[in-house]
Amino acid sequence: MKIAVKVNGSTYQRDVESRTLLAYFLREECGLTGTHVGCDTSSCGCCVVVMDGDQAVKACTMFAVQADGREIMTVEGLATNGTLHPLQQGFWDQHGLQCGYCTPGMLMASYALLKHNPKPSEADIREGLAGNLCRCTGYQNIVKAVQQAAEGGQG
Amino acid sequence: MSAQATAGQSVGVAMKRKEDPRFIQGKGNYVDDLSFPGMLYLALVRSPYPHAEIKNIDIAEAMKVPGVKAVITGKDLEAAGLGWLPTFHGFDKQMVLAIGKVLFQYQEVAAVFAESREAAADGAEVVEVEYEPLPVVADPFTSKTDKVLLRPDREGKTNHIFHWEVGDRDGTARALESSPKRISQRMWFQRCHPAPLEPCGCVAYFDTMGRLQFHVTSQAPHVYRTALALVTGIAEDKIHVISPDLGGGFGNKVPVYPGYVCAIVGALKIGRPVKWVESRTENLTSTGFARDYHMDVEIGATEDGRVTALRVATTADHGAFDAAADPSKYPAGIFGIVTGSYTFPVAHAEVDAYFTNKAPGGIAYRCSFRVTEASFAIERGMDILADELGIDSVELRRRNFIKKDQFPYPSALGFTYDSGDYHKTLDTALEKIGYAALLKEQAEQRAKGELMGIGVSTFTEVVGAGPSKHFDILGIKMFDSAEIRIHPTGAGIVRAGTKSQGQGHETTWAQIVAEELGLDPQTIMVEEGDTDTAPYGLGTYASRSTPVAGAAITMAARRIREKARKVAAHLLEVGEADVEWKDYKFQVKGVPAKVVTMKEVAFAAYTNMGPNEPGLEATYYYDPPNMTYPNGAYIAVVDVDREIGEVKVRRFVAVDDCGTVINPMVVEGQIHGGLTEGFAIAFMQEIQYDSDGNNLNTNFTDYLVPTSLETPHWETASTVTPSPHHPLGAKGVGESPNVGSPAAFVNAVIDALSPLGVRHIDMPVTRDKVWRAIRDAESGKA
Amino acid sequence: MIPAAFEYLRAHSPDEAFAHLQKHGPEARVLAGGQSLIPAMRFRLARPAVLVDINSISDLAYVRTDGKALAVGAIARDSAIERAPWIGERRWSLIHDVSRVVADPVVRQTGTVVGSLCHNDPAGDWTATALAARGEVVVRGKGGTRTVAIDDFLVDSFTTAVSEGEMALEARFPVPDDRTAGSYQKVERKVGDFATAAAAVQVSLNKNGTIRSVGVALSAAGACAVRVDEAERLLTGQKPSADLVRAASAAAETRSEPQADLRGSVEYKKHLAGVLVGRGLRQALERLGVKL
Repeated sequence: MKIAVKVNGSTYQRDVESRTLLAYFLREECGLTGTHVGCDTSSCGCCVVVMDGDQAVKACTMFAVQADGREIMTVEGLATNGTLHPLQQGFWDQHGLQCGYCTPGMLMASYALLKHNPKPSEADIREGLAGNLCRCTGYQNIVKAVQQAAEGGQG
Repeated sequence: MSAQATAGQSVGVAMKRKEDPRFIQGKGNYVDDLSFPGMLYLALVRSPYPHAEIKNIDIAEAMKVPGVKAVITGKDLEAAGLGWLPTFHGFDKQMVLAIGKVLFQYQEVAAVFAESREAAADGAEVVEVEYEPLPVVADPFTSKTDKVLLRPDREGKTNHIFHWEVGDRDGTARALESSPKRISQRMWFQRCHPAPLEPCGCVAYFDTMGRLQFHVTSQAPHVYRTALALVTGIAEDKIHVISPDLGGGFGNKVPVYPGYVCAIVGALKIGRPVKWVESRTENLTSTGFARDYHMDVEIGATEDGRVTALRVATTADHGAFDAAADPSKYPAGIFGIVTGSYTFPVAHAEVDAYFTNKAPGGIAYRCSFRVTEASFAIERGMDILADELGIDSVELRRRNFIKKDQFPYPSALGFTYDSGDYHKTLDTALEKIGYAALLKEQAEQRAKGELMGIGVSTFTEVVGAGPSKHFDILGIKMFDSAEIRIHPTGAGIVRAGTKSQGQGHETTWAQIVAEELGLDPQTIMVEEGDTDTAPYGLGTYASRSTPVAGAAITMAARRIREKARKVAAHLLEVGEADVEWKDYKFQVKGVPAKVVTMKEVAFAAYTNMGPNEPGLEATYYYDPPNMTYPNGAYIAVVDVDREIGEVKVRRFVAVDDCGTVINPMVVEGQIHGGLTEGFAIAFMQEIQYDSDGNNLNTNFTDYLVPTSLETPHWETASTVTPSPHHPLGAKGVGESPNVGSPAAFVNAVIDALSPLGVRHIDMPVTRDKVWRAIRDAESGKA
Repeated sequence: MIPAAFEYLRAHSPDEAFAHLQKHGPEARVLAGGQSLIPAMRFRLARPAVLVDINSISDLAYVRTDGKALAVGAIARDSAIERAPWIGERRWSLIHDVSRVVADPVVRQTGTVVGSLCHNDPAGDWTATALAARGEVVVRGKGGTRTVAIDDFLVDSFTTAVSEGEMALEARFPVPDDRTAGSYQKVERKVGDFATAAAAVQVSLNKNGTIRSVGVALSAAGACAVRVDEAERLLTGQKPSADLVRAASAAAETRSEPQADLRGSVEYKKHLAGVLVGRGLRQALERLGVKL
């Protein structure tokens, strides 16, 4: 099936099988390997991207054909003109990552979270990121990272 | 939280990580990110049966699937001499693809190579395997009876893999017999799995020079290279192993897996690159599990609570093959640390291991080679003893601690603990958590029938494998290495034999070099994981990197400093003996004005070295003289909702002593992560097999990883007792939180339930188990 | 974990979707949120030959009250309820509670209420909620559109009143009066897990403080979510009291017929059902200013 998906502002026109998952479309057809696959059951959130501006979506639980005509933002689209997004800066400043595998999904889920709740409490953040797993950090510094970004006024 | 280091002090600085920019921009370089022209995908066919003979494998339908290029089976590998793989422990072998029979559910049976992921999956689905089920051995106690022989391929016709023991059997028995007080408890440290978020995988291809280019999720790339050379017969110079960014390891990425071998064979036979990346289900069901130790713990004591003897007898479930990645002389890992932080005059430990119809493994999940099991045994045991004696569990520990003036301390089981101040570490934790006030509150809560618990774990663990006298993997001694080269403009590169999977080596190794040489850590590049360029090392696991490679880096840097001193003397126009290293500079003794910086010396090493050898580089292979012994004091406070059996962790204080700390921010992050893993193990994780050998926890809906909502807030602190034998005094810390925390959690729950007479609950301490324990205790059924 | 191949059809109107479903019958599945369907397809437990994607039918994205009922269109997301401006109103407290514990916060941004009801997982959250709230589902079939009471809609595990070729269009929750409050009590091992046990409760009081009507339902307590009829019978018309709540709990424990699994034993889950109904009733009543 021929589809056209806008990713980080650029349109990718490809011919894919209907069963191609959005995660693999982004990674392999678009060459954007920042979105990761970590599980089989939509549990881990490593694949989270943002659709149509503010909807966090698990890209392993969506077919690329569903994204035809839609807009997707991946982690590669967060920084603008080489300037890190406050969330990216927050993760770096607060040591919110270790192996980096969950990080893109965490960033995108946080992005959507802040879009809907620009001033989240710690409890809001912990609740809001409960669809994303991390094995390395124990979440504590991830929470601090999102708090830093929110304080900087990046809702 | 993080601080910037400049030329000058670097060790001890909470410097922001240098590797982060690529990860936060989604530009990490993980194995599945790799793609090569003509690359094929490998999908493995796996057995639904836990134990069955393979009557026939028919690949005809699979070969008809468009895009499928080849299908191989165990028979094909056997013909090529690659049917079996030696396990890292060295005394067993495991099938690559099943030969003759399958021995655990999800075992690899056939390999399908296809043009796309989809075609490989479609092909794998229609490989027809005819099985004839055999009786299943689903636990080590049944295995012990040898009624069903699992491994007819082995010389010894028994399911008993090995017996290992250490200590004074008779002395311990006598001491226990004559002890006025004695406790005995069976504890099962359940089978669990490290489950890093990135599953295992590789891409293999043979390049135009006939070299095997092997990109793989490996925590030990050099060991892989040597092992592959030995197994395949390919000359070691023709094998290039590259371990790129790893999305977590936790011991899961130490063993060599069948998928890797199949990918290499496929690449060789078909002449195209082959990618194999497993699914989460495959990861949880077939790669190296952790723990599964059934331990009988006995402790003897005097009336006033001085321990007299410790005896632990363990039945170990190793699964279908002995693939426990232990150093070869340690089939039960470093379980001998089981005397923990206490002055046991005599002790004995033994482990008997058995095969079962389950996935192979045993050494993983930050276990420090079975130190997690040992630590759990002693810390639970001490609490049970405290209960029996009617002594406060903190007081009991204090009474039996190795005192700080007793170091180096020779334990009853043959270890020489390097240093520690256990009383100080414990006191720090007690103060931080407000122990006295908590005890008071607990008394009040108990009067109201509320179930509040305080659990303590004061562990000593052993890491830094290890001295060549004792430690080897497949014969290769467990040294580690560093190669440092400083460039003319004062920047540099350090290559080490370790391989970070998130531990931050790109930052911490640079900090060591910067500290030793007075350079800017921002311009010291760190490289690991490429066997063509990195010096030979044993990899990163069991918290060995800082103790061993960190020492190698320090010593290599000091070699550079010695060379640099000669050049400095030339620049300062004095004799070598008149130059000293002071305040991160070379100075003429007694003439503070006459200084020259390392940066200036670096330039001179290439442009004005005088009679000295040009350049500025050094290599060091470090054979540690001893292990290191980090310790900690962890305290958990819990509240139990008796109606639903839910345990809420109200507070958790972790005080760690890992000696000198290179980067406090990195250490704190490691503690947070390890405590979260310990929390998961204590309350929700288990790889269970039913009595028919079916694996019940095959994906993340059943094998539970806690989210940000369940995970408690961690309060951390540290004491610092440097290791006297490590050049930086550093001990390593990655395993500590996983070693020490499960017992703290369980001790807290049992403490909460102790007014009801509950004595022990095996992990995972689920709501059902807690509710049941309370109900049975209250109805007198216990 | 790659699904089997299928044909993808995108519908732009309810008529188009219905036509596709009628044409392909049992071979076709509706793709709305897909948060249950796609994982099943990845394990090849579900292998529809045809997927009819209804996510472009903007006419079905509504969440609105039409006076009598809260009407939730087929592709309205769980998160639309979670974030609705009226979700903090006491009358909607049952819906408020459940909307925060379905799946996880990311999955909720794509998953749908109608989809959950049609999936009818024995441990699902919206089904028990719909029972307690006395909801309905609007189904389009060959003979036209019909409204099915939730008790009739939930037939068996993963089976509903939606037959081959039919399509659910809307879920309806009667608008409660302002003397109504509810509570959803869910015990789960972690966020994203199905319920070990869950109770949905909604209570409406008369002016004199007696219970005018009540809905009590359980999840993870049988082949589908179940209504605890006995508890409802005991409570209706009565003045709330601790004894009454205890009796309702006991009825729930009796009514619960769970399966033993990794989440817990039969005994434990039945016990939980009773405890959670008790806690749910207490919380709903507390929200109505009644402290027992």
